[in-house]
Amino acid sequence: MSTANQASAVKSQRWPLTKSRSKRVLPGFGLSLGISLFFISLVLLLPLTGLVIEVSAMSLSEFWFVITDPRVVASYKVTALAALAASLFNGAFGLLLAWVLVRYEFPGKRLIDAVVDLPFALPTAVAGITLATLFAANGWYGQFLTKLGIDVAFTPVGIVVAMAFTSLPFVVRTVQPVLEELAPEDEEAAVSLGASDAHVFRRVIFPALWPALVTGVALSFTRSLGEFGAVIFIAGNMPYISEVTSLMIFIRLQEYDYAAASAIASVILLASLLLLFAITVWQARYLKRLEGR
Amino acid sequence: MSITVDGINKRFGKFQALNNVSLDIPEGKLTALLGPSGSGKTTLLRIIAGLESADSGQISFSGQDVTGLHVRERNIGFVFQHYALFRHMTVAQNIAFGLDSLPRKQRPSKTDIQKRVSELLEMIQLPHLAQRYPAQLSGGQKQRVALARSIATQPKILLLDEPFGALDAKVRKDLRRWLRNLHDEFHFTSIFVTHDQEEALELSDQVVVMSQGRVEQVNEPIELYARPESRFVFDFLGQVNVISGQVRQGSLSQGNAWVTLPGVQHKGDAQIYLRPHEVRLATAPVAHANLPLRIEAVSLIGSEVRVELRPEGWHSEGSNNIWEVGISHAEFNSQRPTRGDLRYAVPEVGHLFTGNDAQPATVNWAEAELAPRVRLIS
Amino acid sequence: MARTRARSLHSLQHRRVGDSPAIKWLLISIAIAVTAGLLIMPLVVIFTEALSAGWSTFADNLLDQYTLHAIGLTLFVAALTVPLNLVFGVALAWLVTRFRFPGRKLLITLIDIPFAVSPVVAGLLYLLLYGRNGWIGSWLADYDIQLMFSWPGIVMVTVFVTCPFVARELIPLMQQQGSEEEEAGVVLGASGWRIFRTITLPNIKWALIYGVVLTNARAVGEFGAVSVVAGNIRGQTNTLPLHVELLYQDYNVVGAFTSASLLAGIAVFTLAAKGFVEWRQARTLIRLQAQEIAS
Repeated sequence: MSTANQASAVKSQRWPLTKSRSKRVLPGFGLSLGISLFFISLVLLLPLTGLVIEVSAMSLSEFWFVITDPRVVASYKVTALAALAASLFNGAFGLLLAWVLVRYEFPGKRLIDAVVDLPFALPTAVAGITLATLFAANGWYGQFLTKLGIDVAFTPVGIVVAMAFTSLPFVVRTVQPVLEELAPEDEEAAVSLGASDAHVFRRVIFPALWPALVTGVALSFTRSLGEFGAVIFIAGNMPYISEVTSLMIFIRLQEYDYAAASAIASVILLASLLLLFAITVWQARYLKRLEGR
Repeated sequence: MSITVDGINKRFGKFQALNNVSLDIPEGKLTALLGPSGSGKTTLLRIIAGLESADSGQISFSGQDVTGLHVRERNIGFVFQHYALFRHMTVAQNIAFGLDSLPRKQRPSKTDIQKRVSELLEMIQLPHLAQRYPAQLSGGQKQRVALARSIATQPKILLLDEPFGALDAKVRKDLRRWLRNLHDEFHFTSIFVTHDQEEALELSDQVVVMSQGRVEQVNEPIELYARPESRFVFDFLGQVNVISGQVRQGSLSQGNAWVTLPGVQHKGDAQIYLRPHEVRLATAPVAHANLPLRIEAVSLIGSEVRVELRPEGWHSEGSNNIWEVGISHAEFNSQRPTRGDLRYAVPEVGHLFTGNDAQPATVNWAEAELAPRVRLIS
Repeated sequence: MARTRARSLHSLQHRRVGDSPAIKWLLISIAIAVTAGLLIMPLVVIFTEALSAGWSTFADNLLDQYTLHAIGLTLFVAALTVPLNLVFGVALAWLVTRFRFPGRKLLITLIDIPFAVSPVVAGLLYLLLYGRNGWIGSWLADYDIQLMFSWPGIVMVTVFVTCPFVARELIPLMQQQGSEEEEAGVVLGASGWRIFRTITLPNIKWALIYGVVLTNARAVGEFGAVSVVAGNIRGQTNTLPLHVELLYQDYNVVGAFTSASLLAGIAVFTLAAKGFVEWRQARTLIRLQAQEIAS
């Protein structure tokens, strides 16, 4: 052990007047920073330059002409409305599912809990052809639904179904942890003061879940806006009626109209990034209020 | 190995955690850094360890400047408040970790390491737990393992961050005794951080009282307790009874209370701080003091009886308008004080703060009859 | 009134909001019905359709040369993508959970970009940059290097789409575990690699494994982005999802679902892996808690 002391004595002689103040205690800062920045720049940020160059090569009027083309505008409407419908459904059903998984015990619960993640793990193309097959007029569901006069496949309703399928996990997995962390004392206090179940839910439980629910629905919406693989098989893809914006971009690419594709893509990209930013800010602000900072 | 802290400043954002702190930690002694939360004691400990770096100032070990030296090179032992045992390693592997991490040339052989681990396990009296995992140990056991781990590489300096904070009272007492024995046997230079004044006074050779990033007082425990040098130290080291008022013609008065101050020349504002054991209770006022109080509560807390009283006809903001006096069980049995009784406090020794002075002067009434004089702190 | 309140207080311990049997079983029924209908039924459909023409047709479809090629390409892409994202995910998680520095929160937000961006847009971004007319692509073309419409493009785009997963699994866990154990390792003199290998890695083992499994599943299944960069001319650069699409559009439903069943199998395996990891973590937690109480 005297060697250890000698070693440290020598080392301190080497650093008699070091004024370095920013020594980090844990190792690996430089390496992890380097890898992370390099990767993020190369993979995430650099590709944006291609889009920027392509779009800036267009004149403003060209750009405007492309993104306000009636067919494209129709696709915005179809996509946004379908995403909204899907997200609202996911909000309601996702909340129900999270509630049931956290608060109750029943046979098959673990299976249901596992299956919630299926849309996350299943390739979108597989989801697409499966939903299309299920809801087609001669499909297992389609048969019954057409008898009731409801057409799902090849209509905007199909788009909603596909979007709901692929982004359901977002709501459930965002709300579940918050439900699990709810303090039972809050409910018990409310009940002991004489409140009915519905009242307690409305005034005590739901407000606690609200931020997570909003976050989950917003994530679901953002994801649904860009959904491609699951949607195109069931949608029918009829211009002005059941065409989503991501498909519009794809079509323009197939026509080798890179400029138009880029223009439309920039609109969608901007929308997604703004939504992501809004979600982050909302979460940060809500957390701040909760922790009293 | 002695430690010198010289002019250390540390700021976290807007918060000044340490403000020009300078200290000497003598070799081979057990020093306590005592203070409330926010006083900077843990920050100072971590800067000495090298786990934080100061904004300015210097740390030296036995004269060698180690300020720029990485924590890994300082050859210190550090015990974390929540133990920080490696949860995926057995107790034996935890203890051996420091030795296993030595560079190949300096590393002892596997058998030597195992021998050392066994010795340490014997020393902490846990040889039967060598193959257990940290989650299977009690708090006291975890703490002992953390200690053994930190001294396995034979550091000269041992630093402990609130080592007993998370433990039950009884376990804490046992471990305190045990730490002191360990220190005495191996002659470390040890520093431990605590907010428990009883612990600091009981265990250490030297206590450094800190408040708001500054050192308030450095002393041996006995001196610190008998002669606190500031209001803060007084307040921090246990219950204090205060009477404040105006000094005129040799006595301090407030409302219908007064105390003579033999030999005091001061005129104007002053406070007298009295410890619970520096006051007696009597059923009538005495020649040198008239301090009426009414009994609020009597608690038999162990080796003595604690009487809580509220001033009657005068006010004591310095101690939240509550005075605390300790009486013996014998006295309790003969007097039977109860809630509502009127008593008079008879001060025997007091500490006088005049005006805005930081340092008190000791006033001794017990000797005043023989030779009235005031003893000043030097 | 006092009596009813007394009674309900008495049963508080066993009865929370929503525990009344009527509501409880209604909600459970809805949950089971919709989950079965929307999530489980698709799985059933996939395997039913794949086997609807019998086992020998199923086998023939699997062993078809284009299918085998697609499987090979998909596995190849995954084999390149997963290690790259593993290294990145670990580096990023270590960086943001063990150090404080300006821009840290920004980095954590940046990693969510692939989630928000449409896969078609992702593919387009890479096409614009590395395609023959892109500023990097044209420079590479001078050296006869073509990245788009061939496997390098597919790998790059798959890396983009799957890069968040390992980091997102590790970051909350490492934040929650805190860095005290690593600090203790530093004080005891261990080097960086030793600390990572002996202290950090065992603590994050299961989350890391799940992150890898999930990255793999997503890499294998990526469709939209790969569609864009793999080119209009399929046949040489078809991954398995693209192969599924091709077969479906050729009205070879059974063939499409056969390949789909492979992909679904991977998805099911991923779900099982997650369940296993969570079960392990829960079991360890319970065992340790019981022992803490016992000692």
